[in-house]
Amino acid sequence: MSWLTPQVSAVLFAMFQALVILLVAVLLGAVMTVVERRLLGLWQDRYGPNRVGPFGSLQLVADMIKIFFKEDWIPPFADRKLFVLAPAIAMASLLLSFMIIPITPGWGIADLNIGLLFFLAMAGINVYAVLFGGWASGNKYALIGAMRASAQTLTYEVFMGLALMGVVALAGSFNMRDIVQAQEELWFIVPQFFGFATFLIAGIAVTHRHPFDQPEAEQELADGYHIEYSGMKFGMFFIGEYVGMVLVSALIVTLFFGGWQGPWLPPFVWFSLKTGFFLMLFVLIRASLPRPRYDRVMSFGWKVCLPLTLVNLLVTGAVVLLMAPE
Amino acid sequence: MELAFYLSGGVAVLATLGVITGTNPIHALMYLIVSLIAVAMVFFTLGAPFAAALEIIVYAGAIMVLFVFVVMILNLGEGAVAQERLWLQPRTWLGPSLLAAVLLVVLVASLVQGGAGQFISGEPISAQAVGGLLFGPWLLVVELAAMLLLAALVTASHIGRRPEVERWSESKGRRPGAGRGKGNGGGR
Amino acid sequence: MKWLFTGTLSLLRTLWIVFLHSFRKRETVNYPEQAVELPPRYRGRIILTRDPDGEERCVACNLCAVACPVDCISLQKGEQEDGRWYPEFFRINFSRCIYCGMCEEACPTSAIQLTPDFEMSEYNRQELVYEKEDLLINGPGKDHDYHFYKVAGLAIAGKDKGRALNEQDPIDVKTLLP
Repeated sequence: MSWLTPQVSAVLFAMFQALVILLVAVLLGAVMTVVERRLLGLWQDRYGPNRVGPFGSLQLVADMIKIFFKEDWIPPFADRKLFVLAPAIAMASLLLSFMIIPITPGWGIADLNIGLLFFLAMAGINVYAVLFGGWASGNKYALIGAMRASAQTLTYEVFMGLALMGVVALAGSFNMRDIVQAQEELWFIVPQFFGFATFLIAGIAVTHRHPFDQPEAEQELADGYHIEYSGMKFGMFFIGEYVGMVLVSALIVTLFFGGWQGPWLPPFVWFSLKTGFFLMLFVLIRASLPRPRYDRVMSFGWKVCLPLTLVNLLVTGAVVLLMAPE
Repeated sequence: MELAFYLSGGVAVLATLGVITGTNPIHALMYLIVSLIAVAMVFFTLGAPFAAALEIIVYAGAIMVLFVFVVMILNLGEGAVAQERLWLQPRTWLGPSLLAAVLLVVLVASLVQGGAGQFISGEPISAQAVGGLLFGPWLLVVELAAMLLLAALVTASHIGRRPEVERWSESKGRRPGAGRGKGNGGGR
Repeated sequence: MKWLFTGTLSLLRTLWIVFLHSFRKRETVNYPEQAVELPPRYRGRIILTRDPDGEERCVACNLCAVACPVDCISLQKGEQEDGRWYPEFFRINFSRCIYCGMCEEACPTSAIQLTPDFEMSEYNRQELVYEKEDLLINGPGKDHDYHFYKVAGLAIAGKDKGRALNEQDPIDVKTLLP
């Protein structure tokens, strides 16, 4: 074992961590598809999928088998290259963002000093998945969905970044670990409540979750940008949406709810409990709120959320300047 | 880091070539996005992660989306591809590429003379340092840019304004006129 | 600005109310394990009944076949020696039947009735065509006492004209001549 120098073992451990986090993220996204259906059932006074295996626990396996063996059809009128590329972008950009999330003090893939900005960059790239997917499908519903998606995502990304800047100003760093450590005494939900509220809204909008699912809008657009996708390509879009949900939940926990911090229980348990809570909240929001009209979504973003984040940032900046030791 | 620099630089060059030679506008834009991301990676390897992130967020994530958006709406078909093919004849690109080659020679010459013997390295420049520079020595430039953007914003707001009659969607709502104009006023 | 606060409060209230549904009873019936409670007048599988004496009620009047909006009933009249009419064959194509119950309403003898049974899936579509022996049951169904030939004026063997319930003796019209 002479080759197992501390350096090599550190690299191996980092790779192991990365693999585990990647697998857990994808699996969690897949599991959420079933959990969401069960929870929606609970909140609509029905059961949801409970046939496959005990209490429907094997539903996920059944879905996976089905989606793997579906015909992977590419429409003859589609733009082949982009059609194949789009789901990969959807999945990859979201999974890359998991890199910056510190799960416990010892776990987490990259300790980037631009952590938060990296997430915003990946969220920016993620738009292309929808945009190219919708355009390459050669379908008018898909195109409308793609256009809605890109307009909505651009709108909400603007103040998503601004909502996070309050946190950055308080913590004095873009680094996620520094942000978590800055919340040792007080979670940022208290001083940054409006930042939290707007980030939650923006997070829902950017992942195209209800009630901001106009890009997909089953009832009007028949699934929007992924209408022509089938088989595993659709699966990547589908799981990607849930992975995005997990990602936004984890980010909210890290940025506003003290990450792994909490009394008595070990850090990992705290982190997963908090993340789980926000995943439930996402589903609850889907279960209760109707989809607003499209122009309302845009005007709400520009006329309510953007001014709110700007004022929030202004006040935060002023307070930070006043409190700063000279 | 040096390997990463050359790799991403090569990707940037190739992708930019793809932009120029591509006949399908959307594919060309795709190459342009890849090129921008590659340039961001170059920034990253040079120790400017903040600039890299901003490059992706602003250029690849926002501006290019608008480009793609517009090209998508234009609904360019086979005709556009044929036209692009036409433009790729040697007599069309010979002149510009000659001029570009001259510029390249100048660039290489100045690099060889001025920067010989220097290696790719550098201390990572943090966001704090960038902010300090922006709001310290370069404050005036930032303010000027802000003024320019404000003017652009006012213009866009004015052009985007419609007469009251056409605003049926707003006036039918519960809050006639509420929130109008406040969106711009609140933040400034 | 007031609409923003009321709107936010209303959203939060909606979330809370929906959350309270976690503690409600579920409306779903876990069907194959748990029997479905159907009302007695549920319109399901169609049967042909017998009168209290055990004879077929159907008199092959074809009213059900006429009333049927999807034309899924077909039958042919036959006549027994005692003068009773009966269907020689009676066929219902359940792959067409829409269980509207119009045949039951049209039937003058309460012969055709709908029952609260819906479990009639088949792998083979032809199996859904029910013949008379599949439809006929040994009982009066929902209408326990009704006996068509006892109230009808038709003469059959063992029951002459005027012998039915509440029926006056036939009038010899020739005696009324002036």
